[in-house]
Amino acid sequence: MPTSTIFTLIKQLVTKKATNPFPVKYTPKNMHAAADLIEKGELEINPPIDIPSDFRGKLVYDKECCIGCKLCTRVCPSEALIFDAEKRKVKHYVARCTFCGQCVNICPKSCFEFSDEFLIAGIDKYSDELVYEP
Amino acid sequence: MSKDATYEVPIGPIHPALKEPFMVKFKLDGETIVDADPHPGMNHRGIEFMGMHRNPLKVIPLAERICGICSIVHQHMYTTAVEHAAGIEPTNRARYIRTIMCELERIHSHVLWAGVAAHEIGFDTHLHFTWKIREKVMDLLEEISGNRVNYSMWTVGGVRRDIPKKMYRRDFSPKMYPKIQNTLEYYEKLYGKLEDIFLGDPSIRLRTKNIGILTEKEALELCGVGPTVRASGVKKDVRIDQPYAAYGDLELDYVIPSRYGYENTGDVFSKTLVRLKEILQSIDLIRQCVQKMPDEDIDSEPKKAALLNKLKKADGEGIGRIEAPRGEALHYVRLKEGHEELDNWKVRASTYNNLATYAPMFLGEQIADIPIIAACIDPCIGCMDRAEIVDINTGEQTSYDHEELHEMSVRKTREILGDKL
Repeated sequence: MPTSTIFTLIKQLVTKKATNPFPVKYTPKNMHAAADLIEKGELEINPPIDIPSDFRGKLVYDKECCIGCKLCTRVCPSEALIFDAEKRKVKHYVARCTFCGQCVNICPKSCFEFSDEFLIAGIDKYSDELVYEP
Repeated sequence: MSKDATYEVPIGPIHPALKEPFMVKFKLDGETIVDADPHPGMNHRGIEFMGMHRNPLKVIPLAERICGICSIVHQHMYTTAVEHAAGIEPTNRARYIRTIMCELERIHSHVLWAGVAAHEIGFDTHLHFTWKIREKVMDLLEEISGNRVNYSMWTVGGVRRDIPKKMYRRDFSPKMYPKIQNTLEYYEKLYGKLEDIFLGDPSIRLRTKNIGILTEKEALELCGVGPTVRASGVKKDVRIDQPYAAYGDLELDYVIPSRYGYENTGDVFSKTLVRLKEILQSIDLIRQCVQKMPDEDIDSEPKKAALLNKLKKADGEGIGRIEAPRGEALHYVRLKEGHEELDNWKVRASTYNNLATYAPMFLGEQIADIPIIAACIDPCIGCMDRAEIVDINTGEQTSYDHEELHEMSVRKTREILGDKL
């Protein structure tokens, strides 16, 4: 009996996915063995969907072009940017950043930029990956 | 036991029927509620105090974090209040982009509310259906602003992101902004189904018709706002009464049930009806905006360092008013010359007004109806838990604290009950 549920299911087969598909079609019996196979290149996994343009990823700071005007620290709402008076550069704490992008807008030399990097979770918020020292 | 004996049942601060920390004390006579007494104040976070130690640009990301669902509302009110205080005008294109975002958020908020209401009366399939279709507008908001919630898009003088260029194919396609148009078509197609579920289904009608009635008189007396009082037939909508952003250029009318051939009963059913019809109205408003949107800069103050200095020199008071999805809300900002920080910042969200309407709505209902009546004003405790009422129509500043409001609420209850208490 054709019901609307069947139509929805058939439609789902052909429509483009908005979210990531599962990495592999069936759950492997041994996860570690599957991970090893992927490393060797014997098992292919479904690629993640594209990152949208204008994505608000981890902030990239170009310390060479920074002139030390401190404007970014004046607009950072969560104090993720701290001015280092000795080096006359900013220190960036990624764990505190809210990705509002006010520093990107205010920087007169355009030293800040949003990158596509989003896998930035960590255990220690003061680890080297999550604190950018100039 | 005497005949008039009542039981007091506290519900909250943490309770399955409530989504946020907030308490209502109910007095019961058997199964029937004879008194409802809201006790807010469990979610006070001191955001206004934090804001008063930061400069106006730092407060924008803080203001949008007052509430997750009305994130745009708070950003908009705060920036308009600062613009009002400092005498800055946003550009016309910024006004239209703000309007489009506000209306998209209204669609998202009302669809979400419909799901919550269905969940409260036990229809979890409808909850999953509505939250599934909500994803479409969330995706569009993410596409435009870069974030799913807390959009970080507003700034003093305009907006920080234009609607992306790829959505903007005026020369190649008959449709302008095809992504926005597609989303609107998607909701228009599904609207019939939503109406079937929430207005046509007999079991939902049984749980919502003649439950939680708020009469027009009570709605006016208790100063309710938004869909809660429009369902009772009160014509009250800031978008029409005092147009902000681009609403002055658009055609819109009050959404009240009698416009669609229903009675203005003010029960949960009419509140559902008003919210669903507002989804259609929002679709229409976005279409009008897309057609009328001018081509110009999105920010009248692109030099933010100069803007910070300008705001430091500014002196004055400003008010931002908006018709949030839940009703009228308001921000008040005072800037002092020579001070970088805000001198004063006050937030009055719509739930604060609507909470007073609980007292008449709960009267005479059963315990089992508590969740749906509690949900029918779309309470947002995160927004509400700070309180001051400023009446700008009369220019008179009246403030009520919790005790006074409580007293008003009890007095109102006594009037209705007569000498039963």
